[in-house]
Amino acid sequence: MLAVLGEMFTYTFMIRAIIVGLLVSLCAALLGVSLVLKRYSMIGDGLSHVGFGSLAIATALHAAPLLVSIPIVVLAAFLLLRLSSSSKIKGDAAIALISTSSLAIGVVVISMTTGMNTDVCNYLFGSILAMSKADVYLSIALGACVLILFVLFYHKILAVTFDETFARATGVPAGAYNMLIALLTALTITLGMRMMGALLISSLIVIPALTSMRLCKSFKTVTIMSAIVSAVCFYIGIVWSYLKATPTGASVVLVNIALFLVFSGTSIYIARRKVSA
Amino acid sequence: MPLITCRNATFAYEGIAAVRDVSFEVTRGDFLCIVGENGSGKSTLMKGLLGLHAPQSGTIEFGGGLRPTGIGYLPQQSAAQKDFPANVREVVLSGRLSSRGLRPFYTSFDRSEAERHMEELGIARLANRSYRELSGGQQQRVLLARALCATESLLLLDEPVAGLDPVATADLYRLIETIRKEQGVTIIMVSHDIRAAVQYGSHILHMHTTQLFYGTTAEYTSSPIGARFLTDTVHAPGNAPIKENVSEKKGGVENACGIG
Ligand SMILES: Nc1ncnc2c1ncn2[C@@H]1O[C@H](COP(=O)(O)OP(=O)(O)O)[C@@H](O)[C@H]1O
Ligand SMILES: [Mg+2]
Repeated sequence: MLAVLGEMFTYTFMIRAIIVGLLVSLCAALLGVSLVLKRYSMIGDGLSHVGFGSLAIATALHAAPLLVSIPIVVLAAFLLLRLSSSSKIKGDAAIALISTSSLAIGVVVISMTTGMNTDVCNYLFGSILAMSKADVYLSIALGACVLILFVLFYHKILAVTFDETFARATGVPAGAYNMLIALLTALTITLGMRMMGALLISSLIVIPALTSMRLCKSFKTVTIMSAIVSAVCFYIGIVWSYLKATPTGASVVLVNIALFLVFSGTSIYIARRKVSA
Repeated sequence: MPLITCRNATFAYEGIAAVRDVSFEVTRGDFLCIVGENGSGKSTLMKGLLGLHAPQSGTIEFGGGLRPTGIGYLPQQSAAQKDFPANVREVVLSGRLSSRGLRPFYTSFDRSEAERHMEELGIARLANRSYRELSGGQQQRVLLARALCATESLLLLDEPVAGLDPVATADLYRLIETIRKEQGVTIIMVSHDIRAAVQYGSHILHMHTTQLFYGTTAEYTSSPIGARFLTDTVHAPGNAPIKENVSEKKGGVENACGIG
């Protein structure tokens, strides 16, 4: 067992996957707290589908995936943010429209160029072999950005997340914070998507936040716990997928779900004990 | 010198006026109550005063050193907030952001101000409790403490007693009176509880997209419109005091024996 784990670290692709994965998990969890609480979880889901479409186009053009995906997904993020805060258009329906049309475009582009092969499967469900050196550098830069942003703007993010109107009234440029969070979410999703899979990446945003909210009572503990939960789940998931040769993305999601159930169970148990005491 | 002078202000959403041609003045020490039915433009006017919504026409002027960001605001509560995982201290402290500018962290003065306002409102012992575990009355006190952290001179309260049971409602009104008297804070309160407005307010602004009435409370009660609405309130089935009895479940019990 230990020998196998030691062997895991001799593969460059595994080390890359672990570095990128841990950083993406961390960023997704931090951004996720704010997105989930603002009822913006669907934006993450929508963006991952747009990401799939953009990957397909990048493959068709024989271009570097990140170069094509990042601008498209960032653009989509701003669009989705506009849609979900606009009262005129039904925000959630608009997100569904964008998700499915991106998926459809992606599938058609792939079938017209390379054909429906393992690429499609890899895009949808992720591949651990996908991480390049550029991904590693980019994820380190992104991770640093998100962490610095969170430390410096923590109080403002809390204020904007809790009560946007009040934050605006006290002079906090809430719109700029929303854009910043949307931008970082787009980058996180683009980076994590090829490893975790377009269909699974949004779970990294949603589940750790939900898990930590089951037990933590303050915004600070929710944020910290969410980052810890996400990183731990990713590590357990990738080790498990290595040992059992299961798909990495799906394994990480399952570990996240398991921890969510444990936290939920514990919170129910605590509530029961409080009532009977 | 008035703190706020509002002249012929009109606010519109996508070209449709929600507030039309409203004029009034607020002087230091006033307690202005803005009353009117749902959808009569009260919240829109509040957002206009805070600078969140630019007037389509007309002007709003601030005097006495007041800035729009120096107003303490208690917004109408949204459903998303009620189960928010933040503790009371975190929420109250966020009121200090208006004086922070770009500096990222709170100073010890910010923290002591937050503690002071929690003391005043009787929520100091709840400081580490989660906001979502509090009763409706306690949550409103937390938001009031946050608003006080943002201002020294003017509080804007948008339906502060909506959803509270009668005991918590009376508590909150008493608290607002105390703040006004002891700290000399000027208050603008939106309410559709006309009787409370008449009981506590020094001035009344009655909205119905346009302004139906603006003047002192005494003038209002003796005016035809005031007289009509005051008698209506007693009988109308949909008005605030009657709704409040049923709309809050868990808050009532906890609040009766909790703070107060
Ligand atoms: N964000 C908005 N977009 C479009 N119309 C709005 C918006 N907010 C309020 N309105 C409309 O403006 C009018 C006044 O609303 P509001 O100021 O919230 O009334 P009140 O607070 O008195 O209940 C209503 O007709 C409402 O439908
Ligand atoms: Mg309103």
